[in-house]
Amino acid sequence: MLKSTVDRVAGATPHALAKRVRGLSDRSLAWLFVAPSIVLLLAVNIFPLIWTVRLSFTNFRVNRPNAEVQFIGLKNYLSILSDKDIWLTMQATAHFLIWTIVLQVLIGFSLAYLINKKFRGNDLWTTIIVLPMMLSPAVVGNFWTFLYQPQIGLFNYAVGFLTGADPSSFSMIGDVSLAPWAIIIVDTWMWTPFVMLICLAGLRSIPSSIYEAAECDRASKWRQFWTITIPLVLPFLMLAVLFRGIENFKMFDLVVQLTGGGPGSITELTSINLKREAFEKWRTGYASAYAVILFVTVFGLASIYVKALNKVKQR
Amino acid sequence: MELRHFKSLAASGALLAASVANTGHASAAELTLCWAAWDPANALVELSKDFEAKSGIKMRYEFVPWPNFADRMLNELNSGGKLCDLMIGDSQWIGGAAENGQYVKLNDFFDKEGIKMSDFIPATVVGYAEWPKNSPNYWALPAFGDVVGWSYRKDWFARPELQAEFKSKYGRDLAVPKTFAELKDIAEFFQKREIDGKTVYGAAIYTERGSEGITMGAMDVLYSFGFEYQNPDKPYELEGYVNSAKAVKGLEFYKALYDCCTPPGHSDAYMSEDIDAYKSGQVALHMNFAFTWPGINADANVGGDKSGYFPNPAGPDGVAFAQLGGQGISVVSASEKQDDALAYIKWFAQPEIQQKWWQMGGYSALRKVVEDPGFATSQPYAQTFLDSMAIVKDFWAEPSYASLLQATQKRFHDYVVAGQGSAQDALDGLVKDWTQIFDDEGKY
Repeated sequence: MLKSTVDRVAGATPHALAKRVRGLSDRSLAWLFVAPSIVLLLAVNIFPLIWTVRLSFTNFRVNRPNAEVQFIGLKNYLSILSDKDIWLTMQATAHFLIWTIVLQVLIGFSLAYLINKKFRGNDLWTTIIVLPMMLSPAVVGNFWTFLYQPQIGLFNYAVGFLTGADPSSFSMIGDVSLAPWAIIIVDTWMWTPFVMLICLAGLRSIPSSIYEAAECDRASKWRQFWTITIPLVLPFLMLAVLFRGIENFKMFDLVVQLTGGGPGSITELTSINLKREAFEKWRTGYASAYAVILFVTVFGLASIYVKALNKVKQR
Repeated sequence: MELRHFKSLAASGALLAASVANTGHASAAELTLCWAAWDPANALVELSKDFEAKSGIKMRYEFVPWPNFADRMLNELNSGGKLCDLMIGDSQWIGGAAENGQYVKLNDFFDKEGIKMSDFIPATVVGYAEWPKNSPNYWALPAFGDVVGWSYRKDWFARPELQAEFKSKYGRDLAVPKTFAELKDIAEFFQKREIDGKTVYGAAIYTERGSEGITMGAMDVLYSFGFEYQNPDKPYELEGYVNSAKAVKGLEFYKALYDCCTPPGHSDAYMSEDIDAYKSGQVALHMNFAFTWPGINADANVGGDKSGYFPNPAGPDGVAFAQLGGQGISVVSASEKQDDALAYIKWFAQPEIQQKWWQMGGYSALRKVVEDPGFATSQPYAQTFLDSMAIVKDFWAEPSYASLLQATQKRFHDYVVAGQGSAQDALDGLVKDWTQIFDDEGKY
């Protein structure tokens, strides 16, 4: 039946086309199949990247279609790298990045370690814990602004209840000293489950025979943890750090919803600053150079990190 | 059987063809009007039904919430999009839209249809229609007059015990403030006061960081304290005008008002947050654009006699200015339906339509409407609107306005809300930013 169908299809193929296809090698056929994807990739990824690099050497502004576009060399790059405000946004990003990763790794690993133990309701707790990461960042940002509201916010109320402070006496997103922590708390709340899941996968991949052998050697739990669990989970943890690092370096939606970069510019991360340059001030050439700098930074750091990750995996 | 199939197929085909043809006809007789998503837009939808009935043109609308309005619509204009046939764009866009050919110049159309700009409130013509400013080059018809002013809790002000306490503390009656110093006294008086078992606060003012909020708020105070955008005799000379001693005092005052008298968490508030604070009975004084007043007047909680309205009070030298809001209506150059769009503007400019516009909650800029003897008493806020429109100033409307605005937002928010640096630092920094922008524009 199948043979006859194949024969019928083959028979229906126009002779000229069949002749052309019959002459193709496996390699040519492979290229034929991947070509649409490559064309698409070139069109939506590579071409815009090249175009952005080209624009970064010009004074082009998209809101001035009639203005003459001039080649200005490295002026945009020099201007960005010598701008004090941009370094402040870099600092804000670094603060956000480092603290979110530290907290998410610590809490995520701890939760994974607990969830990995067999106890009643294990599955239910796992489901509850991963719920935040299923929500949209814009929604999370929006409802945390209500939680942080000094007069009606549950967060302020809880802090007030625990510390005795007046809930309306502090504003998590309106106070310069608290706002950077406000965005760290929300991102940690949302993305710790992701780190937990990766760690859990790592913990569950460790064969129980290794622990049994350690038991036979009378290794303490503490020793087992440091010499078996941590080294074997480390590649998974490093992978989680890589994912969260890249994601948080380009963090935008959550923070925009929460603080809009304020108060002042204290939570203005690089991606928010870049958006302002590109789509509010319409400095397209300048913003292109800014984007290239960020791309090179992330790409460079990620490459170094991946090499380190591979070394850890090979150990 | 075969014939029946053929007949039904033919019928379906004819129906499909007819529906396609009909769709084509419908899209040709449609206009899309783009504006912000707010109460006046809803009123305009109602008003435009008259145009639809008379012209047979179906109106469609693209309304975007204020915080994203500029982003969305400027993207549309800059990309040459054909979404909008008519644009009720912000007054500050006029320079860029005119110079980049995004709006259709309306002079010939106005001449042909007998529409005279002298029939409109002069400030709205300069603010919404002209580019370059104070030249007879028109790119829009003044569509919606708006200005920053204040509403206040008249019922709280009238309470005898509060009157007595205020008088004993400040030596004068608790009444509409004549100066910003008096306004701050009142705000301080109400801050964290218990009224009807609820803690209330002094004033809801603009502090928003993302779009234009804090600039629109702080400028009201700065203008009245003596801030100037530039040397009146030498355009684009900023030093000593933007950062004058008087301007510094004005910015210090705005910060003091924010620090002393706003509700907790009021660090990123613009029109909607302020109106929420006022309507929920949290504040005694409420800074906002006049478009909010019809809604306040009709509100079950604070409407009617419970609220009063007043224009910006005076600064230390006795002069008062107010930040201009509002927009003009323009025809988008990329539109393929410019004739229909112009027909809409012709219809909208008619005095009887403008009168109806005012009655429905839209602030007409037509002098015949606002200078009518009955106008000032037609609504409790009408006189305040007239008084405020008489003292307006507007932000830069240069093609580089977006950069100028963002620099201002950052400098003001850094100082007023984040408390970083001094007012002098903020305004010196602003001079530096603006000078750089104008330098890039080749203004020097």
